[in-house]
Amino acid sequence: MISIASQQIRASYAFVERNAYLVKRYWSWEIVWLAYSIANSLSVSYIGLGMEQIGGQEVDGRFLVLYLVVGTLVWRYLSLIFYWITDVISLERWEGTIEYTLMAPIRRLTHMMGQTIFAVIYSMIFTGVILGVTVVLFNIDLSNANLLGATVVLLSGSLSFVGIGIVGSILPLLFPERGSQMTHVIIASLLLVSGVYYPVEVLPMFLQHMAVVSPATYVLRGVRAALLDGAGMASLWPEIWPALIIGVATIPVGLWCFKQAERYAKRTGKLHRSG
Amino acid sequence: MDKIAIQVHEAYKVFHKQRRWLPRLRKRNGDERKPVVAVDRISFDVQRKEIFGVLGPNGSGKSTLVRLIATLLLPDGGSVTLFGHDVEREPMAVQRLINRVSVEASFFKKLSPMENLLYGARLYGLDASSARREIVAILSRFDIKKRDIYQPLEEMSRGMQQKVAIARALLTRPAVLLLDEPTTGLDPRSKREVQAVVKELRDQQGTTILLTTHDMVEAEALCDRVAIMDAGKVVALDTPAGLRAMVPPANGRPTTLEDVFLALTGKKLVENGKE
Repeated sequence: MISIASQQIRASYAFVERNAYLVKRYWSWEIVWLAYSIANSLSVSYIGLGMEQIGGQEVDGRFLVLYLVVGTLVWRYLSLIFYWITDVISLERWEGTIEYTLMAPIRRLTHMMGQTIFAVIYSMIFTGVILGVTVVLFNIDLSNANLLGATVVLLSGSLSFVGIGIVGSILPLLFPERGSQMTHVIIASLLLVSGVYYPVEVLPMFLQHMAVVSPATYVLRGVRAALLDGAGMASLWPEIWPALIIGVATIPVGLWCFKQAERYAKRTGKLHRSG
Repeated sequence: MDKIAIQVHEAYKVFHKQRRWLPRLRKRNGDERKPVVAVDRISFDVQRKEIFGVLGPNGSGKSTLVRLIATLLLPDGGSVTLFGHDVEREPMAVQRLINRVSVEASFFKKLSPMENLLYGARLYGLDASSARREIVAILSRFDIKKRDIYQPLEEMSRGMQQKVAIARALLTRPAVLLLDEPTTGLDPRSKREVQAVVKELRDQQGTTILLTTHDMVEAEALCDRVAIMDAGKVVALDTPAGLRAMVPPANGRPTTLEDVFLALTGKKLVENGKE
């Protein structure tokens, strides 16, 4: 029993190490992607500074910039986690290694655990670099921010995005040709309803109902409260527990769905496209 | 350990063409949804330490059979067991006993042989430091230079990549090794090296080997018994000598395995050619 457990832990590290090697080998792509992400975050954040000129009315530009900076950073972090998890299948389809990995004696939980550990570390570092650039360029003062609280909220939200990512990773498994592109629909819907760049209250009522079930809604509110208002852990708790509950619910559901999809793919021969 | 390594009993696998969603399109394009029977109720046993060959024309069901044994496909009928473990009910137990080399070397091409094989070793729960030593030893045996072990695989020829694929399978010391056309694309010297390793594996480690190939000379030289498949069925199964005895000599020369292959599957080839 112990040997099986230690084998599974070792196997889990296989995905962390492999992804680290891939990032190292694709370093030029990583630099391009980072530059793109920084430019993207900055251009959204500058909207805050430009609002006064756009609207012709006096606004608190500093607050607006912070509001948008938090939105863009949190969204970058959560979507990175989502894409690393959904890539569990699409990456291997692209490389042609999917059969080799799915033939290995490892549990899907082990597989996803390795992918999740890497996704969280990668997304933290990546978002941290963007945060560093943004802080310098906008001269953001984080001296009153509750950085620890913001990190706790982010981590609790990570769980739910892992769960949603696992569900999303089924699409490339079921639709070899276009499944990867289909995952964008999930992330785009979450972007629309979660209040990334605007308060959820400006949305039509039916979209506001969707915002309630989006974990990003709570993560964004929690991180904004921690960074903008310096809210303590007690005040952040109402945002943490819904994100945690969504994570605790979506991960087992995602794993169950993935298992069914894998079985279907093995039944219909969708793991391999020819031969 | 059981004397029978692989038991295939009435195994059946059928693939259905994807049905078009719109009835109008189905009608217009004559979508009759004809199923393709890839493996048609075949039965055979492979003894422990046996090298068992499977010959057959393209599309005869060889690779589907290998995938059924490798847990990458689920049978639609019959059963496949490895040392008594059913591939459908106990896939993890089966996966611990097997490894597979397919005709296309499936790797993360940007990663080096060392990085790819280390990933494989960890998936199978091997210790990383001893795996590193063994990877160098196995690859050196295949005449892969030490500096190439740390260069991206995409810089290697297809033959070299196939050698790395075989090394990856050897690394996990499987009880059953599934070789799906492993020497396709290799030069004669590399072919012989691989064939020598296959023999050595059986003789020194007691590995059971199931080998599919188009190379009659290879089948004759390596296999204890050979099954000839055509249209998903096993049309003959015997030792190479036994198979040769099935077809009388012609043109004053002794019967070769190729004569047997053409006699048992050639009619279909001519029919297909007329279509």
